[in-house]
Amino acid sequence: MTARAGTRTIDVDGLSELVDHLWALGYEVWGPRLDNGVIAPGVLRSVRDLPLGWTDEQEPGHYRTRSRDDGARFGYAVGPRSYKELLHPARQQVWTMTRDDAGELTVAMAEPEPVRRAFFGVRPCELAAIAKQDRVLTEGPHADPVYSANRADVLIVAVDCGDPAATCFCPSLATGPRSGPGHDLAVTELAGPDPSGRDSHYVVRVGSPRGQAVLDAVPSRPTQPNELAAADVVVTTASEAMTRSLDTDHIAELVYNHLTGPQWNEVAERCLACGNCTLVCPTCFCTNLVDVTDLTGHETTRWRVWDTCFSTEFSHLGPGPIRASTASRYRQWFSHKLAGWIDQFDESGCVGCGRCITWCPVGIDITAELAVMRAAEGAER
Amino acid sequence: MMTSTPQSTETTKPTLAVWKFASCDGCQLTLLDCEDHLLDVIGRIDIAYFPEASSAMVAGPYDVSLVEGSITTLSDAERIAEIRRQSKVLITIGACATAGGIQALRNGRDISEFVGIVYAHPEFISTLDTSTPIADHVEVDFELRGCPIDPGQLIETIAAHLAGRPARIPTTSVCVECKARANPCIMVAAGTPCLGPVTMGGCGALCPAYGRGCYGCFGPMEQPNTASLVRWFGQLGLGDREIARAFRSFNGWAEPFRAAADSIETNGIGS
Repeated sequence: MTARAGTRTIDVDGLSELVDHLWALGYEVWGPRLDNGVIAPGVLRSVRDLPLGWTDEQEPGHYRTRSRDDGARFGYAVGPRSYKELLHPARQQVWTMTRDDAGELTVAMAEPEPVRRAFFGVRPCELAAIAKQDRVLTEGPHADPVYSANRADVLIVAVDCGDPAATCFCPSLATGPRSGPGHDLAVTELAGPDPSGRDSHYVVRVGSPRGQAVLDAVPSRPTQPNELAAADVVVTTASEAMTRSLDTDHIAELVYNHLTGPQWNEVAERCLACGNCTLVCPTCFCTNLVDVTDLTGHETTRWRVWDTCFSTEFSHLGPGPIRASTASRYRQWFSHKLAGWIDQFDESGCVGCGRCITWCPVGIDITAELAVMRAAEGAER
Repeated sequence: MMTSTPQSTETTKPTLAVWKFASCDGCQLTLLDCEDHLLDVIGRIDIAYFPEASSAMVAGPYDVSLVEGSITTLSDAERIAEIRRQSKVLITIGACATAGGIQALRNGRDISEFVGIVYAHPEFISTLDTSTPIADHVEVDFELRGCPIDPGQLIETIAAHLAGRPARIPTTSVCVECKARANPCIMVAAGTPCLGPVTMGGCGALCPAYGRGCYGCFGPMEQPNTASLVRWFGQLGLGDREIARAFRSFNGWAEPFRAAADSIETNGIGS
């Protein structure tokens, strides 16, 4: 373990002041809250809004919140929702076109409102997901104006994972359970009470000058070596606790070599083509454009809405959908996420958050499906 | 207008007729409930025949007919044929018109027994053995689902017709709407059985937003995988009878839901 310059420790009061300070700086602070039976991002007025005393239990097609009796404020994994809904909203106005009585057309582009937000308690997998969406939606010749505006002034306080779910597999994608790059601050929770009765405290790493300035504004002290060691134990324990994995060795080649075969039809017997996996996925970015005309014939509004590659319309070309079967649509999602994305963006489209497993209404497991493919490959040799 | 000559008022406006068959009137009322849009509708369309709303009844032909309700009598079967002849465009609205409605539960049962139980004087009742959707009797140009239909989808259908473009009515699952409004999935997070993953959206995921499982009001989605959902319901602890009943409701006569219920009743839920 190397000494980490600038790493500081704060206690619960410091954490509380951190949230208050972000509000004082003009950030709308969002973070995990217990809401309607799930832990999901919501407006975090104060540290008291964090789900103290709660954890979650996840299995394929199964999620429940459970109470816990320690002082953990971050003792759970990710829920169904992600920061995607703030950065890349489900429904967004693109433009409005009006026709006056002379027949003259006027187009008013929707101007995205700049928002100053702090995401407080972003998990490492979510940090990686935001980075992937940054790459898709802001890099290249056609930066997305809506995403760019929503993303421009976001401050991120990441929190390492100490209590992953049974559906998590982030180490396979090297996205967690320790927060990678992209944060302004990264926190490891040392949940209290410890044997001496001390309440939870938080080891904070600085990821940017802006993060440093925020941390400087709240009471902190140098992190002790035993606290650094304890913080390492949190993430190594979390890593070892994860039972699912995704073997990424030559994964694109593996997938492309198995685009035919009985596996896809077998999955399609279970797959509902409901689209839930794509909608909960924090990296899925596909949208559709919908024009709404009013009854007077004078005004049309174009909306951009989340789409899903599980709909037949998604692949509708001249003669009809080119992916007419559920098998072909599952294969499209799976192969793009795990293989095509690598060709396009030099990295996987999966962050290992496990949302698609937990929130599939019939519990289809992407890691199990890849394992089936590995086994088929083994049998072919 | 005090005349019965068709389209004698403003000849540029298309005429609209609204017809009722076996139904509860709820879908017709949806048109009247489009309060914000109703004046715009009247500005663009001559409502030529709509007894629920107006005593003025202009004779056909009509540019657009909205048809609510299912066919349950011989005279209704004759009436819908005449309405079809009088209508350039015929749009069916609601679960009764598009799938036979809740009253299609009688299909395949002994109708005379029902009549004997329900009516004091069964001899006055003249009815068919079945309740069937309009499309079983005449050609239908467009079907608008729902029990009742959604006001927004109705306005979209009318606006699209006026603009000469196809109506945009998604055929994807209720789940798509549920996730767009950030509802937690009640089946995953609470174990509540929900027909949402096999039901077409359109309601805006109304019931799941209030913690209730989807009842399937908008009927089967595109390519519904009912068999998989049925197996999962079984794993959630539901019995054959409960699952079959879930499918036999407002859209129970729609083929995929009917087939799912029939299969459960014949073979059980399978493994």
